Amino acid sequence: MADEALFLLLHNEMVSGVYKSAEQGEVENGRCITKLENMGFRVGQGLIERFTKDTARFKDELDIMKFICKDFWTTVFKKQIDNLRTNHQGIYVLQDNKFRLLTQMSAGKQYLEHASKYLAFTCGLIRGGLSNLGIKSIVTAEVSSMPACKFQGTMQKGVTDTPNKMFQWILCHRNGRLRRLTKPNIILKT
Amino acid sequence: MAVCIAVIAKENYPLYIRSTPTENELKFHYMVHTSLDVVDEKISAMAKALVDQRELYLDLLYPTEDYKVYGYVTNSKVKFVMVVDSSNTALRDNEIRSMFRKLHNSYTDVMCNPFYNPGDRIQSRWALLPVSASSPGGPYFLCPHPVQVGPAFCVLLPSLCRTCLAILVAKMQPFGK
Repeated sequence: MADEALFLLLHNEMVSGVYKSAEQGEVENGRCITKLENMGFRVGQGLIERFTKDTARFKDELDIMKFICKDFWTTVFKKQIDNLRTNHQGIYVLQDNKFRLLTQMSAGKQYLEHASKYLAFTCGLIRGGLSNLGIKSIVTAEVSSMPACKFQGTMQKGVTDTPNKMFQWILCHRNGRLRRLTKPNIILKT
Repeated sequence: MAVCIAVIAKENYPLYIRSTPTENELKFHYMVHTSLDVVDEKISAMAKALVDQRELYLDLLYPTEDYKVYGYVTNSKVKFVMVVDSSNTALRDNEIRSMFRKLHNSYTDVMCNPFYNPGDRIQSRWALLPVSASSPGGPYFLCPHPVQVGPAFCVLLPSLCRTCLAILVAKMQPFGK
């Protein structure tokens, strides 16, 4: 991030822009959070690709979460996650005591219910990053006191749809003979 | 120089395949496909060995000619496979590495393109231009001129340029429709 103020201001405008279009009836009210989260998802995928270009291969899930907490968070928000907790069964809680996107709001009960709007994009960011690294997850956020917030990620053991995609390799050859390359006689480990 | 370059998604389907126009492309597709198996074996072996390495070196020898197949896996489980004709030049290891680096950089740029949906076939001609320029096809990276396939549709179809697509459609005969 060249200048964090730029992203902060853009993010605020993004949130208000999505909600304004909701008021005009284009998007249902409940869908605004989903829209922001999906935006974050796509951005997260691209960012992770760029950031992991030069890093070493990740050994396991915990390694990936540590990368997200340290390098990823530092590059995006200029600080690290303050606390990472896990139950070693697929649930991770990332705690940020001074979340950059919430610091500009008054620290009190006043805007607590609106805080979730400003966390949706970041939830999507984490989900997109994890998805590109091969982990399907659901990321939610909660704010108990501004500007501290917690992001909870639940990893899912997803099933890959490798067998269907293999048929994209079906080829035809010329000379009138239809020769199809179906699933070859090798075992592809999924 | 590379004879064939392929970018394979993490679900093991091809995102981008480009091979030199003179050779039988079917052969390269099959070679790349079978090399995926070796790639998976190496990744699991590496995970157990706890060695942090990025490049995978595969040596698949084709029965008729000598081909070397190199592999590279990114952190996002996208595989790059490169087929090199080893009878022409003795390519040094760091040359292969730099070619993979360039490929990775181009792929990252494609990923960050807002008009690209992750998981789709890479159709942008300019996206992987720096890579194709390094292959012996030279600047003619769009597709083989003239198109040799007759009544055939192949996996490369979406990445053909408009000229070749027109030629292909003109040549195509109704195939038992």
